[in-house]
Amino acid sequence: MSVQVHELVKTYGQQHAVDHVSFEVPKGEILGFLGPNGAGKSTTMKIITGYLSASSGEVLVNDIPVSQDSLAVRRMIGYLPEHNPLYLEMYVREYLAFAGRLYGLKGKKLRQQVEAMIELCGLQREQHKKIGALSKGYRQRVGLAQALIHDPSVLILDEPTTGLDPNQIVEIRQVIRSISEEKTVIFSTHIMQEVQALCDRALIINRGKMVAYDTVESLLSAQDEQQVIHAEFSAPIDNALLSALPGIVRVEEKAPLRYAIHCEGQQDCRAEVFHFAVSQQVALLGMQQEQSSLENIFQQLTTGQKQREGEQA
Amino acid sequence: MIQIFRKEFAGFLDSLIAYIVIGIFLTVTGLLIWVFPETSVLAYGYAGMETLFNFAPYVFMFLIPAITMRMFAEERKTGTMELLLTKPITDWGLILGKYSAGLLLVAFTLIPTGIYYYSIYQLGNPPGNLDSAGIAGSYIGLFMLAAVFTAIGLFSSSLSENQIVAFIIGVFACFITFTGFSSLAGLDIWGDAALTLEKLGILYHYNALSKGLLDSRDLLYFVSSTAFFLLFTRLTLKSRTW
Repeated sequence: MSVQVHELVKTYGQQHAVDHVSFEVPKGEILGFLGPNGAGKSTTMKIITGYLSASSGEVLVNDIPVSQDSLAVRRMIGYLPEHNPLYLEMYVREYLAFAGRLYGLKGKKLRQQVEAMIELCGLQREQHKKIGALSKGYRQRVGLAQALIHDPSVLILDEPTTGLDPNQIVEIRQVIRSISEEKTVIFSTHIMQEVQALCDRALIINRGKMVAYDTVESLLSAQDEQQVIHAEFSAPIDNALLSALPGIVRVEEKAPLRYAIHCEGQQDCRAEVFHFAVSQQVALLGMQQEQSSLENIFQQLTTGQKQREGEQA
Repeated sequence: MIQIFRKEFAGFLDSLIAYIVIGIFLTVTGLLIWVFPETSVLAYGYAGMETLFNFAPYVFMFLIPAITMRMFAEERKTGTMELLLTKPITDWGLILGKYSAGLLLVAFTLIPTGIYYYSIYQLGNPPGNLDSAGIAGSYIGLFMLAAVFTAIGLFSSSLSENQIVAFIIGVFACFITFTGFSSLAGLDIWGDAALTLEKLGILYHYNALSKGLLDSRDLLYFVSSTAFFLLFTRLTLKSRTW
């Protein structure tokens, strides 16, 4: 296991920023770290990188505990903090060389790495500019380049794609995917598609607590218990008649003429709904199968808990 | 440490801070020694460099906190502190790298004042009629004083994210450690403790060194107070993990 987090707790006064979080990431995997703002994602990442210390619990990076040999752990980690802090008055190459030297690179090896990072992160056109003169997307690439300069075995990225335009997001994702083969990557985001597109595993936390931790496929398939079809008819229909059809569990009227039709199991009832409309002589204006996505799961898991807590209080 | 030192010193040179600091220091001391009639060595009539050594601490009191105020305050404000502290460098490497860059810049401001020494040496009647041993001692004293001021400035920079707050705390702390203790000791309430109180300040040891007598106790005072403030700097850095 290249990153192991065991029963991690971080308290600020009375508040539990991170509350018994445990997970493991094997080499070569990408872990997506999900949660609403203020859930404790950044705090967890800061503890893994050794910037903050845990109140209790342990973090092991390549079997080395962070609390005991922070320097050795820092050598193995590449870290892109949230908001991507940079020295704006430095030139791109100067900054990458500075970052490389901090990791003990020098001479020919340093020059090679700077060159390789400029190529990997697509900075060729901007390499002679000052960082302050770069656009947000390019600054993000510089941040990624400095995190990768020493070829770390573990890469920790805190919201690497926030504030980028859609093309830049795709490009950054490609970089992450291309390097992930021989590295362990942990990255946080609140864009669900990103996790679906990139990650092997996802960890969802809310208010410091873990609410889900599984592979992306099983998170998605767990959601698939009930198929829902959204249909729109040209005239009102009889709910009871529609519900009586085989395979249909219940029908809800969501809005005038718009219905949510819950089907049994994994069945696709769209054909039945179509035939029903024909037999009732109403026109079927639209029909859509609900895509079960991480977005729904995320909403269910993070807002459901809030409601339950509200009820208790 | 050496990488941080390089970055900081390159930062001084790139941002013109170095040239401004050196230029202002030399202009102020040059005016005091050669031009202003109240303090000018030409009007005074004796070949000596007391003017420089009397006024330089007050110039440093403002210049050094100005050099050091951004060192930690800016890193914290822009978040680059997190970047540095997650790189494989120790807290001490970070502190000493920044400290040595600041101190080297201050040393560079002192070197051109050698011209003042040469001029006054030549102007004496007969040439060479001045207290070279005392001047050497004063230079050492002034450098040691700058070392303590730099440590104070670095410490005050680590206290706040705001550079202006860091500067003001730095100037105040330099002032108190330089003359505050001896001025307080002048109050008629201390009895026998007055001398001890005076010895806590820089001025007492600075004056002792300027007599040209290198006493290990004075040197130890400067070294230990520098270490004291650097230790506190490290403490404020460490406080993030509490």
